[in-house]
Amino acid sequence: MSEVALKDSTTRALAMAITVAFICGLLVSVVAVSLRPIYKANIEAERIAQLELVLGALSDIGRVLTIDNLEARIVDLESGEFDDSIDVATFDAERAAAKPATSATIPADLDLAGLKRRALHAPVYLVRDASEQIDLVILPVSGRGYQSTLRAWLVLDGDTQTVRALKFYQHGETPGVGARIEEPEWEAQWRDLRAFDDAGVLRIGVRSQAGGAYSDDAEYQVDGISGATRTTQGVDGMLRFWLGEFGFATFLQRIREERL
Amino acid sequence: MQDNNWRILTRPLIDDNPLTLQILGICSALAVTTSLDTALLMSLVVVCVLALGSGSVSLIRGHIPHSVRIIVQITIIATLVIVVDQVLQAYAFELSKRLSVFVGLIITNCIVLGRAESFAMHNGFVASTLDGIGNGLGYSLILVIVGAIREFFGKGSLLNIQILIPTSQGGAFEPLHLMLLPPSAFFIIGGIIWFIRRKRPQQVEKPEFTLRAREQESK
Repeated sequence: MSEVALKDSTTRALAMAITVAFICGLLVSVVAVSLRPIYKANIEAERIAQLELVLGALSDIGRVLTIDNLEARIVDLESGEFDDSIDVATFDAERAAAKPATSATIPADLDLAGLKRRALHAPVYLVRDASEQIDLVILPVSGRGYQSTLRAWLVLDGDTQTVRALKFYQHGETPGVGARIEEPEWEAQWRDLRAFDDAGVLRIGVRSQAGGAYSDDAEYQVDGISGATRTTQGVDGMLRFWLGEFGFATFLQRIREERL
Repeated sequence: MQDNNWRILTRPLIDDNPLTLQILGICSALAVTTSLDTALLMSLVVVCVLALGSGSVSLIRGHIPHSVRIIVQITIIATLVIVVDQVLQAYAFELSKRLSVFVGLIITNCIVLGRAESFAMHNGFVASTLDGIGNGLGYSLILVIVGAIREFFGKGSLLNIQILIPTSQGGAFEPLHLMLLPPSAFFIIGGIIWFIRRKRPQQVEKPEFTLRAREQESK
């Protein structure tokens, strides 16, 4: 048998394929397992850095807190109950939202944030006052902007009706235009803005020229950014979604009714 | 021999550049060149994957059965890319998030498989590794030029160091937002290709069709 024919025999091909697959698989496994602790530390460091941002925003409204003051909990979004079986430190909402087993499809008519799917659980951070009553509720919110996903912390008052701060921690909007959502002047507009009216209807939003500049909703709205219509509409949809029935509404209702 | 290796290394820089002559790997070149730092990191990753990929394919080329050679090559390339991606996530977490899926997509980058199949399968280890590095550098050269142009004109900065102060912060520089959108990379790469072919007319392809000369007008 010639050299070439031998090299191309089925047994040879199979043996070679198995050998290569085995060595490659081994290499990937070893690297993945050995680098896992560093990767987890990065995720945790990122979470803390993001929380530092919201703490900075809170100190701007006169609330000087540290990470230890925050009570970190995982919430089951559908029931609004806390789920303590999941560790907050290693919970990755982005990854959870991508997996069918840990996420839910958002009905198209409710998908104001353009996310398509959201995780079944979400991390929330609570600040309690001296009498153990909830004083501040910090919620992670996200939605589609113009050319990136916007991610922000929404800080609500303990009454769950009033916004105390909105702090963006991740976005890739156009510098100088859409990226102005993280300028202090624009973020300051969200301070003490009412999200719901007296009847409990969600009214919060961003005013844009197309949306009737001087409507009844004026007291629940902030000014849009000119030239960044799509970005500010993204912010609008993001807040309406996450405060709405497929977002944190059930959880917020529980806070109001049960004084957790 | 020394001369030959040097040629293998330097030919893909301009004369046989994978991006501007072979027009391969354009997709990632559009996506990761909005700023210079992502372009540099992507370049580094591609050089590593190309060098190691071509090198290891060349090492076992005598044992790769012809019928499954593409699968074996892709397995090796995919392994390298996954390993590099994991290393980035551990040691360059921020940047790896900005490169997102484009590191993973190096597996399907035509340059990597192209070099493995057309060069490393027929050449020795040293030559194949050099060919991988050379092609990686050729790709990197264009990426870095495009990344620098896009970041400079799009944000007025280089490597995130502000050089021109934009009008939104009281300066005199009006950022060109088009530069941050994917089409601008097309324009810049097109410009580079034109420039190279003007300097090296031998790269200009012969037209596949020629217009027929106008027939004599009859009265």
